[in-house]
Amino acid sequence: MNLLSIDREMQILGAGVLAVLLIASTIGFFLHLQVKSEKGRELIDNLNARIKAWWVMTIIFFLALATGGIGSVILFCLISFLALREYVTLTPTHRADHRALFWAFFVITPLQYVLIAFHRYGIAVIMIPVYAYLFIPIRNVIAGEYKDFLARNSKIQWGLMICVYFVSYAPALLLLDVPGREGQNGKLLYFLVCVTQLSDVLQYVFGKCFGRRKIAPNISPNKTVEGFIGGMLGAVLIGTGLWWITPFTWWQAALMALAIALMGFFGGLVMSAIKRDRGVKDYGTTIPGHGGILDRIDSLCFAAPVFFHITHFYFAS
Amino acid sequence: MIAALLAAFVRLFTGVQARWVGCTPGAMHRVYFANHTSNFDFLVLWSVLPDQLRKRTRPVAASDYWRAGRLRRFLAESVFRGVLIERKKVTRANNPMDQLVPVLQGGDSLIIFPEGGRTSEPEMRPFKSGLYYLGKAVPEVDLVPVYINNASRVLPKGELLPLPLLCSVIFGEPLRLEKSESKDAFLTRARAAVEALIDL
Repeated sequence: MNLLSIDREMQILGAGVLAVLLIASTIGFFLHLQVKSEKGRELIDNLNARIKAWWVMTIIFFLALATGGIGSVILFCLISFLALREYVTLTPTHRADHRALFWAFFVITPLQYVLIAFHRYGIAVIMIPVYAYLFIPIRNVIAGEYKDFLARNSKIQWGLMICVYFVSYAPALLLLDVPGREGQNGKLLYFLVCVTQLSDVLQYVFGKCFGRRKIAPNISPNKTVEGFIGGMLGAVLIGTGLWWITPFTWWQAALMALAIALMGFFGGLVMSAIKRDRGVKDYGTTIPGHGGILDRIDSLCFAAPVFFHITHFYFAS
Repeated sequence: MIAALLAAFVRLFTGVQARWVGCTPGAMHRVYFANHTSNFDFLVLWSVLPDQLRKRTRPVAASDYWRAGRLRRFLAESVFRGVLIERKKVTRANNPMDQLVPVLQGGDSLIIFPEGGRTSEPEMRPFKSGLYYLGKAVPEVDLVPVYINNASRVLPKGELLPLPLLCSVIFGEPLRLEKSESKDAFLTRARAAVEALIDL
């Protein structure tokens, strides 16, 4: 795995992110001074908590990128582990699932990232959908409890796919062999994370500022048509503006960003549906203002595999 | 030292959150009584107490279980400083109250699980009478109901390896034994006070 050098392009990206965060913090500060009403204060306090958390998350992400491949693999492995913990905490499991869940947390999750760290793409891509998928019901059948068997296994398999397998596609971008851009795959990861997260932020901002019509009232009452349109357009603009760090031309970058943002939007909706079914608003309280880890990465879970495969098919050798 | 490290590990492993709903973490001596479904119950309750409080809070545990085996014995005696009591053949000579009351009078707090053992069912069992006798012997002590959420999924009874699931510990409003309150009435009230925390 190549150590990612912090080249000129990475420096510019870092400076850009720093500028955006500084502007956000400044706006947050002035809104805090201005706001009078009780309800407004609550909203602005949450906004400022979110911005503060963004500083922390951005710094961690950049540190991981700067240490090269291995840092990113470890970071996403931790994210998967914490996301799976939030998911299983919220999902009712049976007493008899205990051993299967232990395997999921302490063997299958780390193994997936070990495979990626050692460039075993061929195995990494089938380990969870094939072997873990078969292993979970086998382990549960050994545990000897048939009650709700199908539902119990599906919950664990689903959790592994969403929280571990799909998330692992993000650091797997570092395995791609893109001709002419050797050692620069960290920027693909940056492109993916930047577009998904900013698309989320812009959906939130446009929704709060102009949101009128609910887009999925039953599933996620805070999501609006206006937020959706703003988020998609914003993501496409940002993606297009970042074409120079990718192997894509400007219009290819725009389409990629659209695909990422669309998948991210549906990822957010799907994970919301689970939350609503369980009667909670957030998956956890790990990230102040945002909720749990899984609330922050729901869009990434759905966008990462699609972005990886499109890049793999059309741009990698 | 081992205790502080272990507490930090438990907090990290279970991401446990303390919610002081009915009282604040205070220095006065107390009896924390909680539901009991897992060996992790005590660990999560103990690990969310602020450091200074934890040093002066001792679990009440069954001596038959915690004196069996070297590791259990070391943990119970040296790390948790448990007050190990007889739960099977209680006689006048080994009456647990003779051990517990001096601890409270010395200013330390206690953690007890009045169901008398771990349950696998979702319903709590009826409380044993120890809590009543403690309240009677040391009337000025606050009896704090505590509900421990999810520890049974972290480590169900009979399992050896824990899962890293998120737990929470909810502290309710302290009770005291009312004058002329009967044993049964008090124990029912105390059990209801823990149950009332479930939905908070």
